[in-house]
Amino acid sequence: MDLCKVQIEWVDAACLPQAFGTPMKRYSAFAIAKEAMRQHTGWDRAWAKREPKKKYDVIIVGAGGHGLATAYFLGKNFGITNVAILEKGWLGGGNTGRNTTIIRSNYLQDPSAAIYEKSRSLYETMSQDLNYNVMFSPRGVIMLAQTQHEVRGYKRTAHANALQGVTTEWIEPARVKELCPIMNIDGPRYPVLGGLWQARGGTARHDAVAWGYARACSDMGMDVIQQCEVKAVRQEGGKVVGVDTSKGPIDCDKLGMVVAGHSGVMAQMAGFRLPVESVALQALVSEPIKPAMDIVVMANTVHGYLSQSDKGEMVIGGGTDGFNNYTQRGSFHHIEETVRALVETFPMLARLKMLRQWGGIVDVTGDRSPILSKTPVEGIFVNCGWGTGGFKATPGSGWAMAELMAKGQSPLTDEFSMFRFREGKFIDESVAAGVAH
Amino acid sequence: MLILRCPYCGVETDETDLQGGGQAHLKREGPGSSDDDFEDYLFMRENPKGVHFERWRHVYGCGKWFLAARCTNTLEVFGTYPAQTLEPPQEIKDKITAKRPGWSWGTFQ
Repeated sequence: MDLCKVQIEWVDAACLPQAFGTPMKRYSAFAIAKEAMRQHTGWDRAWAKREPKKKYDVIIVGAGGHGLATAYFLGKNFGITNVAILEKGWLGGGNTGRNTTIIRSNYLQDPSAAIYEKSRSLYETMSQDLNYNVMFSPRGVIMLAQTQHEVRGYKRTAHANALQGVTTEWIEPARVKELCPIMNIDGPRYPVLGGLWQARGGTARHDAVAWGYARACSDMGMDVIQQCEVKAVRQEGGKVVGVDTSKGPIDCDKLGMVVAGHSGVMAQMAGFRLPVESVALQALVSEPIKPAMDIVVMANTVHGYLSQSDKGEMVIGGGTDGFNNYTQRGSFHHIEETVRALVETFPMLARLKMLRQWGGIVDVTGDRSPILSKTPVEGIFVNCGWGTGGFKATPGSGWAMAELMAKGQSPLTDEFSMFRFREGKFIDESVAAGVAH
Repeated sequence: MLILRCPYCGVETDETDLQGGGQAHLKREGPGSSDDDFEDYLFMRENPKGVHFERWRHVYGCGKWFLAARCTNTLEVFGTYPAQTLEPPQEIKDKITAKRPGWSWGTFQ
């Protein structure tokens, strides 16, 4: 949820007894009962802390959700386990730990629906697959229509989703009110005219997603290396041969760049440009209150989205800054704009105190669709451009990126090439998705 | 809150009075340009963590476009100047060099 929480969890785990090089014990009700009998002294570290080797088959830069998921599926689907995941900060400390955890797949364009729906379906079994509780909660997501333009847009999306095999439906205001009683649907400025309802969308615990993947990767023998910043990308004859890092040079055959907001900086190291720009996107949470809403509501017209966390906090996503920056803070006036607009639709919010605010750096493309692609340098693959909505795509993105890196091609990534812009083959979600994502 | 000085009105003003217009000093391509040139002009953008040059419009003031030299990492502003220039004034370049020795941006340094 926020920076502080992630750090505390990390310190806790570091204090646990160390058991390097041994397979991870499975988490289960039986294991908890067993540990309860011996004062919980037998828990291992969730994943092994390692130093880099000289060479790997594959290096993934960025141990956020997408990077770790890529490594996980390289091992699980393709048997490639000589893999290092390098992280300049700490595990899941970037956008993975800063988003509002919304999962949905109700996109307009077919290539988007394919990868986001793959992702949503992978979330359904993720806790079982990883043996790690990611607290996936398919509580349902409404995207509110508050203008006539949105009514037409979302009806169109509902039809497109029907053709894509993604289950969504257009619902009328009375049904919106029934699903979310705290909402005022008769507001003077932004009346609720209906909504696009995806009952199988929801939320998941974002830190757990990163930790679950890290644990599974570590279990397959991969090295998750924190505080290891890539300083340069080494090439020979137009092909990648390794990276120079703050922990020394490391060689590799293939390199996956999965660094979100810093993709432009990494691309510059490798000598090419990307059609992305980085901006700060912010979110905030209120003080914890008793359960008040059990669905996720997105209001794109007013640039706000809202859900209630398991801790009881109202989690509010806001807008992006109107200029490039790398500050992980965001401009203050966006909070006022977001909250002002949400208060009309959710009057009860007016009485809440806000606890924390934070920002993440998102890399935004011209058509608001991601880039999963080969690059001008042989052996370098890039996964970026998820912009303001990457968390929901974590497992699907990893699945597709792993296939692309292992086989050189994937049906899920074909349309998301970084060269699509010059060919005019946009996957235009900027109109369909708006800002809230 | 980002504060910039409009070079036309001379007013120090908040970002809420302004509208960002993306990368500055783009070279407009026309008929006869190559595909690469068009791709660069239309889609590729400088995205540095550090010195950056941008277009801004004093939208709730004089309404005019101007350019700003800024650090995207610290939000430090090096200076603003009128939009009718092909490259940043020497005075602004010197200011940047004093604070960020060895900087470069596109073809400028």
